[in-house]
Amino acid sequence: MAKEIKKLNLNFGPQHPAAHGVLRLILQLDGEVVEKADPHIGLLHRGTEKLIENKTYTQAVPYFDRLDYVAPMNQEHAFALAIEKILKINVPARAQYIRVIFCEIGRILSHILNVTTQAMDVGALTPTLWGFEERETLMGFYEKVSGSRLHANYFRAGGVHQDLPKGLDSEIAEFCEKFPKIIDDLETLLTDNRIFKQRNVDIGIVSKQDALDYSFSGVMLRGSGVPWDLRKSQPYDCYEQLDFKIPVGKNGDCYDRYLCRIEEMRESVNIINQCLINLPKGPIKTNDGKISPPPKKEIKQSMEALIHHFKLFTEGYRVDEDEIYTAVEAPKGEFGVYLISDGSSKPYKCKIRAPGFSHLQAMDYLIKGHMLADVPAVLGSMDIVFGEVDR
Amino acid sequence: MENLESLEKTINSELTTKILSSKIKHDQINICIEENNLIEVMIFLKTNSSTKFKQLIDITAVDYPEKDKRFKMVYLLLSHEKNSRIKIEFDIKEGEILSSLTSIFPSANWMEREVFDMYGVEFKDHPDLRRILTDYGFKGHPLRKDFPLTGHNEVRYSEEDKKVIYEPVKLEQNYRNFDYESPWEGTKYIKEQTKE
Repeated sequence: MAKEIKKLNLNFGPQHPAAHGVLRLILQLDGEVVEKADPHIGLLHRGTEKLIENKTYTQAVPYFDRLDYVAPMNQEHAFALAIEKILKINVPARAQYIRVIFCEIGRILSHILNVTTQAMDVGALTPTLWGFEERETLMGFYEKVSGSRLHANYFRAGGVHQDLPKGLDSEIAEFCEKFPKIIDDLETLLTDNRIFKQRNVDIGIVSKQDALDYSFSGVMLRGSGVPWDLRKSQPYDCYEQLDFKIPVGKNGDCYDRYLCRIEEMRESVNIINQCLINLPKGPIKTNDGKISPPPKKEIKQSMEALIHHFKLFTEGYRVDEDEIYTAVEAPKGEFGVYLISDGSSKPYKCKIRAPGFSHLQAMDYLIKGHMLADVPAVLGSMDIVFGEVDR
Repeated sequence: MENLESLEKTINSELTTKILSSKIKHDQINICIEENNLIEVMIFLKTNSSTKFKQLIDITAVDYPEKDKRFKMVYLLLSHEKNSRIKIEFDIKEGEILSSLTSIFPSANWMEREVFDMYGVEFKDHPDLRRILTDYGFKGHPLRKDFPLTGHNEVRYSEEDKKVIYEPVKLEQNYRNFDYESPWEGTKYIKEQTKE
């Protein structure tokens, strides 16, 4: 008589290096095969949406840095665009270009982290060490422009906070010249690596239909062969004037998603280069005194500027009664802000649509039938950051 | 833009009475429906060849405590083929139970759980309606307007008990919510005067 085999329930996380943060995953195992995965999220829930409802629009921006904390400025971008659309602000060309440059830097930051930690999850340590050196340089750019390496708080409705400091554009250009070589180096370590391929090819396959049904976006969608990128299909800021390609995968497995990310990094370098060449001169934020604060010099001389400054930093600017959904192509997918304003200086509601939330939801569907060791590989290729999943 | 208008017309002519009102705003179609038509409208929008809103972007609720129908439910859909977005909304009373969309869009699962967790709106035929973002054993619905910003309980590690304990929130200083509205522009009677 065959002995009855008991199913094993395994508690993965919340403190586990391969969980990419605080994910608690209850796995039901039959031997080494996963039968069911139940992700428990919310361990990093900070009530961002509730907090934003109680702060002025200017004070709400830093909360966006803390969502997907590996690409902070991309989130700020969505929020800034939402306010701009309601208030019908024209953003100066220079500000648009600066914003796009920093969004693409954010994309590279996020993709380096994802590609290299995914490699680490399946056993390769070197890519992480190589990649993080570059992230350090990029975060240096963040620091030079905004004063902090991670929580930038740089984008404003109507432009950006400050102009680029002297010499930063040439530093970024220098980085763009060097970086493609680094991507090549990373690729020599991973792309044809036998172990890396064994761990990623045909793992976590998502079909086109399922990618749509599960609300996937970004690389998770493109990896499955859906050519969809908000920068192309619903362009915002100056993306329309730029020339870039959208890499699309074929098989929808972890390996295709890795390849997409590598190619996207190359395209981002290309975009930054174009922006730097065409970077126009001029103001970096709207000159509407009711929305953006006056320059320091004016405050000393003009009474009106002083009043504006005082009102902007106490009451904050008011946003007309309206509601809007705006989305940007963040590194992880469609990051959206559903904003309801009621005419006061605080949002009535600000729902944040994080791409990682829908991706993680599909964990059960993706991992069913795979081995336990594939859990980190699938999790890694989904590009989960708990700041945005838990909000 | 023309495209969006013709799409709006098609939706209106196909769904006729099911749509209470529709408009285009911020490059997006907004339609108001009645709560009991939700499933039919969703199936139509997803499967009809002229709309093809195949992706559910988000589900959320908005709390208006002063209204009789307290919650406004908002569903956002995206059509890749038509490159357009649509927002479906309707109002419900507190305690009303909605139909779940999980059979049409699998991704509605967590989104509905989030609405349940944050607003206390319940869904029938949902496979697994548990709280999602808040703590195990949490009480209340944080995004309701009458829920205090500071919450009710706080957590700390107790050296005496050698474990993490929950206790009521104690603030050294109360949360200060200043009213910065200008006494000139903000006063009610002035606002009414300037409106005319």
